[in-house]
Amino acid sequence: MSPVDRAGASRTGIDALVRAEWPDVAISSDGRAATIACPPEALRGVCRRLFSDLGYAFGGLVVEDAQAVWSLRYLFYSPLAELAHVVTECVKPSETVPSISVEVHAADWHEREAEDLFGLGFEGHPRLGDFVLHNDVWPESVAPMRRSFDPAVRAPLHRPDPNWAPLRLVDEPGAFLMPVGPIYSDITESALFLLETVGEDVIRVFPRLFYKYRAVEKNAEGRSVDDGLLVAERFAATSAFAHSLAFCHAVEQIGGIAVPPRGRTLRIFLAELERLRHHVAAIEGICASTALAVAASQAAILEEQLLRLSGALTGHRYLFGLNVPGGLARDLETAACRETAASVGTVLHGLSRLREMLRFSSSFLDRIEGVGAIAEQAALTHGLVGPIARASNVARDLRRAQPYGGYEQFEFQVPRETTGDGYARLLVLFAEAEQSTGLLRQSADRLSEGPVHVPAPIRAGAAFGWCEAPLGAAFHWVRIGADGRIERFRPITPSFVNWHGFHLAAENFAFQDFPIILATFGLSVAECDR
Amino acid sequence: MSNWVIRGLRTPVPTTRFPAAPERARGASPGMPRATVLPEEVAADLARRCPTGALAAHGERVVVDPARCVHSFRCVRGVASPMDWNHGNEWAAPRGTDARPFGPLGAAFRGSAHILVVDAGDCGACLAEVKHLNNPYYNMHRLGFFVTPTPRNADILLVVGSGTVNMRWALRKAYEAMPAPKRVVAVGTCALTGSVFAPSFASDAGIHDLPVDVAVPGSPPPPLAILHGLLLVTGRAPAARSGSGLVDTAKAD
Repeated sequence: MSPVDRAGASRTGIDALVRAEWPDVAISSDGRAATIACPPEALRGVCRRLFSDLGYAFGGLVVEDAQAVWSLRYLFYSPLAELAHVVTECVKPSETVPSISVEVHAADWHEREAEDLFGLGFEGHPRLGDFVLHNDVWPESVAPMRRSFDPAVRAPLHRPDPNWAPLRLVDEPGAFLMPVGPIYSDITESALFLLETVGEDVIRVFPRLFYKYRAVEKNAEGRSVDDGLLVAERFAATSAFAHSLAFCHAVEQIGGIAVPPRGRTLRIFLAELERLRHHVAAIEGICASTALAVAASQAAILEEQLLRLSGALTGHRYLFGLNVPGGLARDLETAACRETAASVGTVLHGLSRLREMLRFSSSFLDRIEGVGAIAEQAALTHGLVGPIARASNVARDLRRAQPYGGYEQFEFQVPRETTGDGYARLLVLFAEAEQSTGLLRQSADRLSEGPVHVPAPIRAGAAFGWCEAPLGAAFHWVRIGADGRIERFRPITPSFVNWHGFHLAAENFAFQDFPIILATFGLSVAECDR
Repeated sequence: MSNWVIRGLRTPVPTTRFPAAPERARGASPGMPRATVLPEEVAADLARRCPTGALAAHGERVVVDPARCVHSFRCVRGVASPMDWNHGNEWAAPRGTDARPFGPLGAAFRGSAHILVVDAGDCGACLAEVKHLNNPYYNMHRLGFFVTPTPRNADILLVVGSGTVNMRWALRKAYEAMPAPKRVVAVGTCALTGSVFAPSFASDAGIHDLPVDVAVPGSPPPPLAILHGLLLVTGRAPAARSGSGLVDTAKAD
């Protein structure tokens, strides 16, 4: 579908459904996104229409502290249409807007975050408070994302309360709460999991995240675009290239910059190299969680090979410092890229052998098949993205749904499975790794001569940039002020979206399944916490 | 199951010879800039380009503070006279003060030291590189290093991340729960100076609440740099081999 068709499709659908019900809602389109400006009272209804009737997925919520108003931008996307922004304004001093999560459950955590960081109220939301800023450390009055909050000033903190206990929701005879974290297991990212149990089975799971909250969004404000890029690239290193790419897409969109063909193709090459390395690491995690030592070692060898290939080709094992607005910071030799693609072929060979051995290891299959299943409908209501959604038969992939950077010209499949269990997630990882290898080869073969970078003048404005990160859809909202500095940076990350649905998989399974379910999700805590 | 045994036996041993011999494999380390002599105005310009202040120009000499380097490569890409590059990885350094000079763990820990790894806000890269110490390429078990999930068994606290406010208390408790003697190894530029995330209201500029004994710079440090830090804290490695870049920096100051 061409961009023009998409714009047409979206306008027809939105116009027909929304205009009929809310004549005062203003709809406009710039050919890239439709903007639906609606008053707060129509917000919930409009979002329901997009989500339930037009089949849009909820992308995320961007709150901005403008002079006289709070601007709330709800992002929706669909493979059949251009992006849709539902924009509503809450005129100060009012600080309350209707919650849409009653209708669009995927917005649940976005609203909780905005409540915690901006101090806004969301009317009708069932559970606000204690989210990013932990209540046992931060006073309720701290709202760091407001413009009036000076990030250099340390907020007065509570003395940590040793008796702090989470809100208990399970009232069953014999029920108790098993806390796991924030420091747990051998080498893991910090997160606390509150497991409600009546014995062997875990019946409720509450992940308490944001132990690693580094205030990335606030930090980026007031920085130059070059310095903001460093933050965007490094807040989640396992997807560093993807996030720097989404950030650069936003800056390029604002400035009307077209990246030269060689730069675009190299970006695809590197993004797929990162995806492949990420998936191999995730497969290693799954093998390790089932205590299959040889399989984990085999995957670890492949991962290290990919890291060394990345390091030898680009100078950095995690592909730092490559993306810049306008293209890439350095050119790569065509011959070296082709050699890398050939070496990746041998990695794929090792990976296929590993998959075939795993498929016939009954002790492994017993631990992973049927475990941590997420039904397709649940994946849709939670707006899950990435390999996790694709394992539950939701084939969402921004490379197809909202193509960028020339992906339209490459051949690849979007693998999916239907069962939604841990094994399905593993198979999707294997299949996607294979597709990435194919894309690596195609992009290396098609590298044209020419520059990889054009000068990128920084202009004032705001835009979304996006890409399909290894873990799923990533949207970066960037607003640049008249002085060329960043006024607002809002990365919407796949881990944030998918942690929201983690409990779906982990509930009603036994304790010993928990680490395996965790591994089959393979989410990044840093990418969620920011 | 026998398939796995055969597969394991058939796989060639890829383990590095480090620390007996330096590792020269391409892509095993991102390297780091090292002190460089350049014309005065070029030197000043390079120092300005560094986004985290890792470079300082003293006349014609640009010196490097490894604890601030985040591998942005802005001192080598797009410039006519780039910084010299150190391709090694043995750049861990002891940290001590006059009041509390550096002292490695005793001889009893040379054959077996247990490590508690705590993430205090890292981006995932340092933690991944720590994890790779257990893979067949680096295999730190052969050197007597073991990861433990409990502070009660730990001799070395290995901290990654900039030290977020939300993790501060848990980190403190973990350190206090460790039996003496104990040492702290801070891994990564975030843990040393906060990298691009600090200082801010949500995070310290590195781990300063705990007495850090060994600093491992890098963003992330490659596995062998971390291993060098572990050898250092157990008294089994010299601080830095010549040519690592750190030695030059020390002379310059």
